[in-house]
This record gives sequence, structure tokens and C-alpha cells, in this order.
Amino acid sequence: MAIETGTDTVKRGLAQMLKGGVIMDVVTPEHAKIAEEAGACAVMALERVPADIRSAGGVARMSDPDIIVRIMETVSIPVMAKVRIGHFVEAQILESLGVDYIDESEVLTPADETHHINKRDFKVPFVCGCRDLGEALRRIGEGAAMIRTKGEAGTGDIVEAVRHMRAVWDAIRKLQNMPDDELMAEAKNLGAPYELLRETKELGRLPVVNFAAGGVATPADAALMMQLGADGVFVGSGIFKSSDPARRGHAVVQAVTHYNDPAILAEVSRGLGEPMAGLDVRSLPEGERLAPRGW
Amino acid sequence: MTTIGVLALQGDFIEHEAALRRLGVDAREVRTPEELRGLDGLIIPGGESTTFCRLMADFALYEPLRALLAAGVPAWGTCAGMIVLACQAPGLDFPTLEALDIEVLRNAYGRQVQSFEADLDVPALGEQPFHAVFIRAPVVAGAGPGVEVLAGVRDERSGRETPVAVRQGCVLATSFHPELTDDTRFHQYFLEIVRGAGRASSPK
Repeated sequence: MAIETGTDTVKRGLAQMLKGGVIMDVVTPEHAKIAEEAGACAVMALERVPADIRSAGGVARMSDPDIIVRIMETVSIPVMAKVRIGHFVEAQILESLGVDYIDESEVLTPADETHHINKRDFKVPFVCGCRDLGEALRRIGEGAAMIRTKGEAGTGDIVEAVRHMRAVWDAIRKLQNMPDDELMAEAKNLGAPYELLRETKELGRLPVVNFAAGGVATPADAALMMQLGADGVFVGSGIFKSSDPARRGHAVVQAVTHYNDPAILAEVSRGLGEPMAGLDVRSLPEGERLAPRGW
Repeated sequence: MTTIGVLALQGDFIEHEAALRRLGVDAREVRTPEELRGLDGLIIPGGESTTFCRLMADFALYEPLRALLAAGVPAWGTCAGMIVLACQAPGLDFPTLEALDIEVLRNAYGRQVQSFEADLDVPALGEQPFHAVFIRAPVVAGAGPGVEVLAGVRDERSGRETPVAVRQGCVLATSFHPELTDDTRFHQYFLEIVRGAGRASSPK
């Protein structure tokens, strides 16, 4: 029997299985277990959550493989891990560890300011961040099998994730009303591969799964992103920087499933304790913003 | 009109709904016990089995789902759905629905880099092979006497065939994801089970 691995279908397929779910940042095996019990559909293994990366400063890199492996041994749900933008050797290392998904992430300090990783060289699938449709399609062109909004990680401020999700859908709606003879000019305008733009127009959505990320701190934030058209939600600092991570994580999971039911959202939002301390994105100096990393 | 419920707690339920609608069948997303009423069949999609079970417990779905299955309403589980329907799923920290007399081995092929596509012989669907997509897939490690094997994957080294599609009465389970391809023969096969069950229980 002929068996094919590492195809676009299996790479994109795992993201399809994660839809309607919550992917949580975890820094220890104990966190990973809490996340799994709370109902997370996957975890992102890293050394420090984005809020701590932000306050620590310096260069943020791929995590110690030891942490990633211990987390992989602890949970049965998929385990993701982050590499620096353009750092294909960090990606080779994560692939050899057997992680289920790689996030080529602006949360870490970029290794290359011009080129992202050629993700088609890998059997392991990649997720990449975007701020608009052009950026999403450039990453898919490089082989990304899943997209997420960048938002502004580590702030607990949802405003940038909303901006990015709306930007993607606005551009798709515009595309759907555009005659085909204007598509090439639009591809040039967005800096997007023409064929992917055409496919997006036909589908009326991105050709891969699109999650929300960067600033989700409450069940209401998560449901907001779902109602704005996200396929699922990443929560970084929002869970393990809050006063009761198990409870809050569980509530966010329930909110993503029942994102259209305000009565259930009200119920699950009750008595969750203190959310993470937030950081107003407008107060951040330009140099401390993570979303402009990559292009 | 036939109405098929698709458990929509998490996972790729939209893909199943799309396949059902292509076949002219009404698909209903199920997230609460009320949404189980009046269904002719139920699909449990792909996704994460621990997430499904957590949310089934949270929203009081275990008992009504068990009652639905006990009443003989046909059900089909794909991948995580197979795990949830199985009688035994070692390593899962939650109870299953115990509707299918099999033991499943979760993530049997290893991690995501071992996920694969392959053409399967499925005699019940006719001569043409079925192109199957396996994603961190479970397999059937053991099956009771009432369980019919519809398809298997042969291990080239051992020559042994592992069941990946099984049926027991009106309960169907596949390790792979027919909803990720354009081939609707498995969905049609399930709808035939649903129609057969409808005729059997109809008072006419």
C-alpha cells in the first residue's frame, strides 16, 4: 500500500481538526496538563509566555528542547512550538523532535528581516501570523498550512487581533465583488501570489484555517474573535498570567464552542478571578510592538 | 426530510455538514441536549477527543447521547469520533459512549509527521479504492464478535492488517476523514444505514 506523508492535505488537515478549539501557551508539563484538562485542543510549548518575553527584553529564541519534549510526553493533544522568523535550523530541530506544528512567530526575535522559512522543505506543518490578506497569502505561498492573526501578543489588549481579523475579511469581501480582470492588479497591490488570490476569491475564505491570536484575555474576547470569523483561538499569556488558569482556560474553551450563545457566555464568564494585567497597545512605543516583525 | 446531527463542540464539523448538504440532507449542529431531539442520525467528527469529552461533560451531553445510541439511532464517528464511540480507549481520562465493541489505540501511527494519505480497498463501497486521509489517527486494536471490518491498512513489514473502518449494526467508525475529500461514498453509505434504520423502526 502506497502511503504519502507530509502532503498539503495532511498538513492543512490537522489545522482543520483544531477548529472550534483553543490552543494554549504553556511553559511547563504541569501547565500542559492543566490546559489539556481544561479542554485545550493543542498546546504551544515555550520557555516564557509573551508577557514575560516582553518584560524580560533581550533576544527571544526557540525553547530548550528539553521543555518541549517533556511537554510532549505529558499530554496526548498536539504540541506546537515556536521558531524565530527565518530561522530554518530551529525548525529542523523542532521537526526532528516530532512536534506536531511549528509557529514561525513574531513573538520571538526575528533571525531574518527579509526571508521567512521555506516551509515546503518540511514535513511538519507551519502556522504563521498575519495582519492582512496579503501577508496571509504570502505565508501560504511559502507553505504555511495554517494562519493566525498577529494581534499584539503579551498585552491582553484585543484591539490589534480585531484589526487584523477585520482586515483579512474586508479584503476577502472586496475580492468577491471584484471582476476577474482586476485580480492581477489586486495581487500586485496586496503583494499576494495571484493563484492564491484567485483561490481565495473562489472559496470566499482563506484556503487554510485561520485562528485569532494576540491579546485574548477573557471568554468574551475569544467569542468576539469567533463571531468576527476566526476558526479558533490561541491564548498566550491570557491564561497562565491570570489568577486562576484552570478555571479561566476552561471558560475560554466553553466560550469558543458556544460563541454565539450570550446566555452561556454570561454563565462561563462568572467568577473567574483576576484576568492578566493588561497593557494598552497605544501606550507601547513603536519599537516594542511585535506585530510589525516579518512582512 | 432526513436530519443528521453533527456534534459541533469542536473539530471539523463544518466539513461533514458540507458533505451532507451536497447529498441533499439536512445537517444540524449539536452543542446542547435540546439539539439532539428528532435526529435520524448522528456524526461525531474529527477533532480532539479530550476536548469533546470535556465539553460533553460540561454541557450534560453524555446521558442524552447514550440514550440516543441505545435507542438505535445510527451514528458515525471519524477519528476522534471513533474514539468517543468505542467501548475502550486506554489513556483517555474520560468515559466514552461505549456504543461500539472495539478497543481503540489513540495516535496509533505516532505524531503529525507520520500522518498520511493512502488508497484503501473498501469492498462495501464498490471496486474503486477510497482515498483516505489519516491525521494523528487511531486504529482498532481489538474488536468484539459483532463488529464487521470494512477496511484495513496493511503494515508492509509485518504483513498484518489493522482495521481502520468498522461497523456494528447501525454504528460506523473510521480512523480517517472522508469529510476532507470530495468523495462522498462514505457519507452515502452512512445515509443508507440511516434510511435502513428508519424503515426498521417505522410503525407502518
